[in-house]
Order: sequence, then C-alpha cells, then structure tokens
Amino acid sequence: MTTATWVTGLGVAAPTGLSLAEYWAATLAGRGAIGPVTRFDASSYPARLAGEITGFVAEDHLPSRLLPQTDRMTRLALATADRAFADAGVNPADLPEFDVGVITASHSGGFEFGQNELRALWSKGGQYVSAYQSFAWFYAVNSGQISIRHGLRGPSSVVVSDQAGGLDAVAQARRQIRKGTAMVISGAVDASICPWGWVAQLTGGRLSTRDDAERAYLPFDDDATGHVPGEGGALLVLEDAGHARARGARVYGEIAGYAATTDPRRDSGREPTLQAAIEGALADSGVEPADIGAVFADAAAIPELDRVEAEAIAKVFGPSAVPVTAPKTMTGRLYSGAAPLDLAAACLAMRDGVIPPTVNTRPSPAYDLDLVTGAPRAAALRHVLVIARGHGGLNSAMVVRAVDPSAAADH
Amino acid sequence: MPGNQFTLDDLKTVLRQAAGTDEGVDLDGDIIDTSFDDLGYESLALLETASRIERHHGISLDEDALGEAQTPRELIDLVNTHLPAA
Repeated sequence: MTTATWVTGLGVAAPTGLSLAEYWAATLAGRGAIGPVTRFDASSYPARLAGEITGFVAEDHLPSRLLPQTDRMTRLALATADRAFADAGVNPADLPEFDVGVITASHSGGFEFGQNELRALWSKGGQYVSAYQSFAWFYAVNSGQISIRHGLRGPSSVVVSDQAGGLDAVAQARRQIRKGTAMVISGAVDASICPWGWVAQLTGGRLSTRDDAERAYLPFDDDATGHVPGEGGALLVLEDAGHARARGARVYGEIAGYAATTDPRRDSGREPTLQAAIEGALADSGVEPADIGAVFADAAAIPELDRVEAEAIAKVFGPSAVPVTAPKTMTGRLYSGAAPLDLAAACLAMRDGVIPPTVNTRPSPAYDLDLVTGAPRAAALRHVLVIARGHGGLNSAMVVRAVDPSAAADH
Repeated sequence: MPGNQFTLDDLKTVLRQAAGTDEGVDLDGDIIDTSFDDLGYESLALLETASRIERHHGISLDEDALGEAQTPRELIDLVNTHLPAA
C-alpha cells in the first residue's frame, strides 16, 4: 500500500497576513491588500498596483550573516519555513538529517538582488558585484537556504514552471515521501516587485493597468483585464502518514491526488488540456466530481484563459455544479507562491467548513460557474481541488482530502 | 585616502558589511588568530570581503595568497603588504 502524504504544518507569507491566523481572518473577511506599488516608484510604468507584504522586517527573523546573501523572496521564505515547522510542532534538528527534504517552486529567482548587482555592474564595474550574486538570484536558492538553515539533507530540489510550479513542487514532495522520506517542506514563496521583475511581467502582457484596486484584478468578470502581481506564498510541512501518526501530529489534510498537462501549441487547432489535468487529479485521488466540495481556481483574469478554465470546470463538474473561488483576488497573483497559499487556504477551509470568497469580481453570465463572492459560504468539505496554470500552457491540478481525527490518532 | 595600515578594526567593519556575523560569534572578542572557519565565514564570504577591501584601497590581492589566509591576522598582513608603507 502506498503511504499517504499528510499536511501537518502551514506557514504563509501573504500580503493579507504573515501569520496563519491573520491571513485566514482577512481571507474570510474578504479584506484585500492590493494597492499602489510602494517598493519602487511605479508611477511611470503602465501597471501600478500590487499585493505587497508590508511589515516584514528581515532583521527580526534572520541572523545578520544571511542578510547580505539573500533576496527578499529568500528572506520571506526562510521566515515562512520557520513558521511552518513551528506550526507542525517540529524542530527539524531533532530528526535524522536525511529524513527531511525541501522542495520548492520558483517563478523567477531573486530578481531584486539580481537587479541591484546588475546595476552595480553597469554603473560602477565588475568589482562592485556581490560575490553572493553567484547564488542569491538562483531559482533553487530558497530550497538551498532552507536546507542549510535547518540541516535538511533529504531529497531537495526546485521546480520552475511558473504558477503551476506551486503544485508541481508539492507533487514532487509527495513522490519523495512515497519513496520513503519521512518529511518534506514544500511550496513556494516568490517576490519580485522591483523594476526588473516588473518590466519582465509587463512584457508578458498579462498585467492589469488599472489604478482602481477594486477593479484591477477581476477573474471571471466581463471586465477582466489582466492580473495584479503580488508577493508571498506558503510552505507546507508534508509528512508520511505513519510518521505523523507516530508523533501525534495535528493533521490539516492529505495530498490526495495530482495531475499535470501541457497544452498543445495554440496554432495547432487542438483543444487545451486543463480538463484532462482536473480529471487526472480526481482519478489519482480515487474520487468522483461530486466528491469535490470546492474549487480554488487559477483565475488568470485574461478573458480567453478565464473561458478555458470555466469551461474545463463546467465540463468536469457540470454547469455551476461546484462552488468555485479565487481568494487570490485579495493578494494578487503570487506566481509559484499562489497555489501553495491556495492549498493552505483549502486546508483551513476544510477545517472550518467554510469557503472563502472571491472579492471584487462580478461573475460574468458567460461562464457556467458558481463563483463564491461577497461573503464566505459554509460548506462541509471533504475534498477540495486547487488549479494552477503557468505560462506556455502548463496546467496542474491537486486534490486535498480531509483526514478524520480518528485516522490521525496513533493506533 | 584611507590610512596606510589595515587594522583589525578595519577588517571587522568590512566583515560585518560584507557577510554579517554568525550567531554565537563575537567579532569584538579575541579573534585575531581564530580561523575564519570558526568565525563562520566560508570562502564566498571571504571573497566578498576581499573584493570590498580591494575596492576601498585600490589594490589587487593575489587569489592564491588570499586562499591561504586562514585567520584575521594572516589576511590583515596580506593586505598590508599591498599598501604603501607609512
């Protein structure tokens, strides 16, 4: 029998809260954090809104030794990992070092660090570039720094597949747990709200250029016009069910199923494959569409992409047959960090029996979606589906399953 | 121009800026003959430190000699051989 992978710890870094309680309270209240960019002067850029994390002081969380060598995303990730382990009631140093791995996703690496060093290179010269640029920008650096800080020598890697990566990393962690690793911390924290990161996003053509924070990021709305970028994400402590049971861990849920697909070329005339990813994740979980109590949508807010997602959901579940939500409307899109934060929200939704709302969107009648808007909706949830898509036609879907306390207890 | 002698205080200032201080390490203690390893500085930290010293003093340190400097005293001596005598 394949071992189950349980979520036993959550650490979040969201524009709406840095603690789990603060984030969840804001999410249920529909309290968004999208506002004008403050991390740099964006007034002359076409896009000027972001979901920023405020009130994070790296010096309060990290030793000075780590400050000269870390990008903002890594500082946030290290603090988030600390919170995830604390939430799991685990001190990784107490576990055998090869029993714990770290597998994160990254969208763009440490952009702000890289930007500063490139500026030094071109304005002052090569001798002014930090030696730490050698790794501080790198996609794998969050995995590496978390590994070093906590002495984790189990399977460790990084997945780079844009927003889909947040689920792909967790799926890879589950594979490693199935192969015998007791615990993997997994997820993603991205943060690249800096001029270089901004122009890279602008080139993609998917950013909203509105200035009204309540009308800027509107997935599944007739007025959808792109997304607002945010920073943050989540890290989940994933654990072999037997290991979790033996130590009496509190269990948020099980990573029950996953599938990923890649779309055919857009000029091929063939259909996109998100539906197959959803069906694959359900099949992998051994559940029927009717078992899914809520869907956390990718919510691109690009009309064509919204249509594809709404149609895939309607085809699998039936028209307006499953509640759909996008709490990321409160934070902006967090790239690789988005789906892990949705997984965390899905766990809390199952725990509390409530689906958090989508804010600002007025659902378009063109889509057969039961979008949860305005207020949270009470629902007894046994399975929740999370969808994440990346640039270039990457589709990932993951099912989280509730775990009965009796199953979690040591027998 | 900076002074003609590179001192332990100068080195501590650069170390703090370049690489920070490890938890449990007191740079203000008796560290002159403590290995950089024991002070928590790996090769990259020393590379960044050396790069800042070179920039500040307009000198170029030999990479091999730099690799052989295992303690603050050895690095300070190396830097001073490159500075014009007082």
